[in-house]
Amino acid sequence: MADTKLTAALAAAKAEGRAALIGYLPAGFPTVDGGIAAVNALIEGGCDVVEVGLPHSDPVLDGAVIQTADDIALRGGVKIKDVLRTVAEVAAAHPAVPVLVMTYWNPVDRYGTARFAADLAAAGGAGCILPDLPVEESEEWRKAAAEHGLDTVFVVAPSSKDHRLAEVTAAGSGFVYAAAVMGVTGTRAAVGNLAEDLVARTRATTALPVCVGLGVSNADQAAEVAAFADGVIVGSAFVQRLLDAEQLADGTAAVRALAGELAQGVRRK
Amino acid sequence: MSEHYLPGAQVPDARGYFGAYGGRFIPEALVAAVEQVAEEYEKAKTDPAFAAELDVLLKDYTGRPSPLTDVHRFSAEAGGARVLLKREDLNHTGSHKINNVLGQALLTRRMGKTRIIAETGAGQHGVATATACALFGFDCTIYMGEVDTQRQALNVARMRMLGAEVVPVTSGSRTLKDAINEAFRDWVANVDSTHYLFGTVAGPHPFPMMVRDFHRVIGVEARQQVLDRTGKLPDAVVACVGGGSNAMGIFHEFIPDADVRLIGCEAAGEGAETPKHAATLTKGDPGVLHGSRTYVLQDEDGQTIESHSISAGLDYPGVGPEHAWLKDTGRAEYRPVTDAQAMEALRLLSRTEGIIPAIESAHALAGALELGRELGPEATILVSLSGRGDKDMHTAAEYFGLYDAEGTN
Repeated sequence: MADTKLTAALAAAKAEGRAALIGYLPAGFPTVDGGIAAVNALIEGGCDVVEVGLPHSDPVLDGAVIQTADDIALRGGVKIKDVLRTVAEVAAAHPAVPVLVMTYWNPVDRYGTARFAADLAAAGGAGCILPDLPVEESEEWRKAAAEHGLDTVFVVAPSSKDHRLAEVTAAGSGFVYAAAVMGVTGTRAAVGNLAEDLVARTRATTALPVCVGLGVSNADQAAEVAAFADGVIVGSAFVQRLLDAEQLADGTAAVRALAGELAQGVRRK
Repeated sequence: MSEHYLPGAQVPDARGYFGAYGGRFIPEALVAAVEQVAEEYEKAKTDPAFAAELDVLLKDYTGRPSPLTDVHRFSAEAGGARVLLKREDLNHTGSHKINNVLGQALLTRRMGKTRIIAETGAGQHGVATATACALFGFDCTIYMGEVDTQRQALNVARMRMLGAEVVPVTSGSRTLKDAINEAFRDWVANVDSTHYLFGTVAGPHPFPMMVRDFHRVIGVEARQQVLDRTGKLPDAVVACVGGGSNAMGIFHEFIPDADVRLIGCEAAGEGAETPKHAATLTKGDPGVLHGSRTYVLQDEDGQTIESHSISAGLDYPGVGPEHAWLKDTGRAEYRPVTDAQAMEALRLLSRTEGIIPAIESAHALAGALELGRELGPEATILVSLSGRGDKDMHTAAEYFGLYDAEGTN
């Protein structure tokens, strides 16, 4: 694929001699407009790339924090059209920043693969991360995504064998999402040494940037991961800031501040 | 009628598809573990030692073959049709679930894993799993929706008695669907040591095929028993369908018998036309849930809709992919049965035959009553009595007012 907005953003970070910072928040949390403000705060604080989560009734890969946020969003009535509006408003406010959608597969399947790709591209989205759509089941999506200039980011895990890593990275674009630990989303005291090994094994199969997520929540961890990865992905820690805040403005301020600390972390030498 | 089901055909295909349904929709973290299960199962299938060990367990531990019972007084209520019950309720642990559990427990040992996790709705799969873990010396954790731990409290005590840890799940609808979510979360984090002993014919490939294969014994035995007893095949085979394991088990051997109707009874809760039901094949749409493409109760955004049934074991918004295919090809029919119909059938079998069925199985009995009245006295109907009702006495007592000295009449 030609140079996409995602590729360019990651290349720009690399040109500065640092890892990129990628922030995640679910759409519709705590409200649709509040969620838009919160995602904008990720970028204002220093995220190079953002992931907008599509809340799901059955988030089997998420820990308690994101489950809670998804519940709040769904009880608030968030719909796919609201997720697309979130993408559109964030992309319009920050034209250079790639906005990805992170979603379980069934909502896309139900919405219609081609329709979702078209509507996401029209909203200014840069691509998708589909953590429960393995490469083997992804052909139809990848075709639709490519047609609309969207990147498809695949996840690799510490349990992925080398031959499998090659298959997965060959199918993906933008970057490779390396899961730092075996487990669901959520902050962890230590990122663990599985991540560095996985990044090295993944790099042996692809020229794509390799970004690490799962468990990272503070500047020290971000700096640790940035030393061996092309990007650092943070989600639950941002969600927790919003959950802890009494007022939306406090929450977005806390998100902005954390993004700022993490942005310092990925720049630490 | 599908030619794919002629004897000898390979179903599912190599990617785990039954027509358009099935497949493997799982996170990358689980790919290696699921592939290991598939590979180990393929090896075990052709290993005479595996078959021999399973046979001994099924015979000497479970008590197979399970009997076939003529229920004459019940038949009189079913339009006079001859109703034959395949007595999976008489298996050790009280339901068909033990068939699959013993097979997967042997597989777990072959894989060198030492810990088993499982989901359970009514608790029957959980009890069977806890039983096998005690027998094999595995650590055991059972995830059970909090709602179900309350309505099936007896089975929670049984599992704990057997040494299992029972984790009440408080997320989502706090029933079977959410117990499965939580078990997947555990598996992702502990996959090196742990086998997820999935309890129904759903989930990612190879589970729908493998669980069906371990339950095939139900239909293999029953088909021969009916032939021996009546000299012919039954006109219909009836089973309840939540995820659909006992139904696939009893249906499978009859699939090539084109004249034998296969009828699955889904839980219609307060009515398939109300919002409170679990009639996935009747009211759902194709989608992806818990690792496979199948029918799902879902809204227009692909969010799962909560299911409702008086029966914890059928209270599930998905269904096994092979059932989805049997429905689309027309080889099987699926009918909704309400809570009220099921409870009436439960009472009827108890009063006419001295057999208290599980509420799940009572859905099949209600289906047989309806079908018998349609087909008349010439018909023979084989019913999968998948479990016994001991665990349901609290629900039944409340439903029928049995805690009151006056009883129900």
